[in-house]
Amino acid sequence: MSVTAAEFQSLLDAVDTESGIDCDGLRISREDGAYILATPDGVRTGLDEDDLEQAIEPIAEYVTNWHYWQQSVGGEGTARRAFLRWCERAPLEDGGTDADDHVGGEDTDARVTSADDESLAVPLRYDALRDGVDREWGQLCITARLVDDVDEPAGDRVYDCWHVDDADTDLTDLEVYDDPLDAREIATYDEDGRYRPLKTAPTLVSGWAFTGLSGSELVETVEFFYPATVANWHREQRGALDIDHWLETAERQTGIYDVIDELPREAVDWMAEACCVDSQCLRRREWQYEEGDDLDVDGGDGTFPCREPCSLVVAAARKWTILESEQEHSYELELTTSEFNQLAELIDAVAEGRTDEIREADVNDGANRFRARYLRAKRFDEEGSLEARERRDD
Amino acid sequence: MQALVIAAHGSHLNPDASNPTYAHADTVRETGAFDEVREAFWKEEPHFREVIRTLESDEVFVVPLFISEGYFTEQVIPRELRLEEWDPDRWDSDGTDASQATLEADDVGKTIHYCGPAGTHDAMTDVIVQRAESVTEDPNVGEGVGLAVVGHGTERNENSAKAVEYHTDRIREMDRFDEVEALFMDEEPEVDDVTDFFESEDIVVVPLFIADGYHTQEDIPEDMGLTEDYRLGWDVPADVDGHRIWYAGAVGTEGLMADVLLERAADAGADIGGALEAVRDEVTLSSETDRDAGSEPGAEAGD
Repeated sequence: MSVTAAEFQSLLDAVDTESGIDCDGLRISREDGAYILATPDGVRTGLDEDDLEQAIEPIAEYVTNWHYWQQSVGGEGTARRAFLRWCERAPLEDGGTDADDHVGGEDTDARVTSADDESLAVPLRYDALRDGVDREWGQLCITARLVDDVDEPAGDRVYDCWHVDDADTDLTDLEVYDDPLDAREIATYDEDGRYRPLKTAPTLVSGWAFTGLSGSELVETVEFFYPATVANWHREQRGALDIDHWLETAERQTGIYDVIDELPREAVDWMAEACCVDSQCLRRREWQYEEGDDLDVDGGDGTFPCREPCSLVVAAARKWTILESEQEHSYELELTTSEFNQLAELIDAVAEGRTDEIREADVNDGANRFRARYLRAKRFDEEGSLEARERRDD
Repeated sequence: MQALVIAAHGSHLNPDASNPTYAHADTVRETGAFDEVREAFWKEEPHFREVIRTLESDEVFVVPLFISEGYFTEQVIPRELRLEEWDPDRWDSDGTDASQATLEADDVGKTIHYCGPAGTHDAMTDVIVQRAESVTEDPNVGEGVGLAVVGHGTERNENSAKAVEYHTDRIREMDRFDEVEALFMDEEPEVDDVTDFFESEDIVVVPLFIADGYHTQEDIPEDMGLTEDYRLGWDVPADVDGHRIWYAGAVGTEGLMADVLLERAADAGADIGGALEAVRDEVTLSSETDRDAGSEPGAEAGD
């Protein structure tokens, strides 16, 4: 790998106009007409232009790395840049000052210079990029790699993106795309052809690959699969995630959702257990009942955070608020022990979404269709309800 | 940098509800007039709540893809976008003439130009006429033809009827169609009796709705007597009481809607260069090759 004349010229321009270069261990500045070059391997001073050109030859990777991040990617302080750096395990840059401007009262101390313990210095990173650096983002597998094209600058990266389940699948067996907009269509239906109203549900279909994306195209693609996850992750990295807890979100609602702040405290726990766990959503729930009053349920292990109850939770909460306003009663009904247990099996099968997996003739499974039909035939009345008597103790 | 955000309702139940939003967003993307174009939704993602933070642009134009001023455009969208300084008076509108208000979004420190809804822009009148052209496949449709613009009515929002009447009046003033009437689903004059209001044999019926759904694909076709059962479909035109009724679906699916979104943003100060011309050319070209009447189910109503 070598530095082209054009790259060298833009390097000189940057040293002059930006009062020096400081990027991933490469530092170049100019004092009294002479250049100072520093890398983790040492410092050289008193260089003229020719000296500098010679001196950077053995450290071309540092220079092409600078060129990629400063000239190709740019966008200092943006979520896009931070995400692309995370993709190749580059040390995350300090974004604290940008957060300070906009987020009042939050913990905006610039805590992140390298949030990732596995971050790599330039030479090791280049070695890794030649093979491709893999990262997982929800159900996406993202590979960052160096461009293998003599017409492109030597340090330019391209990105591939596919489903984690396809990590070992041959590219020729996948549907290959290069337009980020196609991600929208892929994200719309699950493998049974059902609509996915929650983009971060762990039901993304496999069998496709985006290849050779630029950095901005990759971010665009990821944002179509998992909208706003990059921005919120970036805020969290900077210690500036603005969390809206349940009560704040509920009290903000109007119209038909005005009622949801009446959902009982314990019901919010059940709701989070029903909707906001890793098996149902890949976002890591950071919101609680309210500040200082955490929910009992674990928020999950997702890479990207969930900063407030989503519209699906709000809509479902309305239903539960209405249902929870009903009185409880005691009922008397006749069931065998096995039938009583079967009710639990049925609820469990629906809750785990495994009804489709139960084999036709597996009558040992309480949630088997014939077992359910038998129970209905035996225990339902003419109105189609469980035959039972409401018990009145008064 | 400047960004366009198209704010639409979306649906938890119906994947097609957001199709018009995506289609119009893509048309605007093609023009390159904005550095960034985003769809944002009440019921889908990115949510109104989190869309602004996904943008790098400092200047953001938000255009609600809604038919009328009302609950969503005046309360829900500004609240969810965190436009703290918002007040409906900032639009200084009598129900159909909101243009824009310039505000700050609290969470991001960006300038937000919050525009009036697409449905009340003057350019929407042209989209209704365009829909009449595309459903009849006649670029000169008008003479000897009646046009009915159909709205929801006042049940939920009085401005909904105002928007319908506004465009009806404007089309009437064009003197292009023999007759132009505003009809409604839940108030007089009712769309059920469409043939009572026209003498012309040919009647084009254009529902002023953003997305196809229960109302445009089930209710209205059955109420007008185009079909016994919406699942069986209907003819275009369909014979009803000695009239021929030309009915497709929600006007919001018309390609020219992208033009309205651009005009809204331009009115609010967006620099859109030659994008309007590009969209009009594109839409004219595609409507010549694509006469898809479109009959897809749509959003859940009422939330």
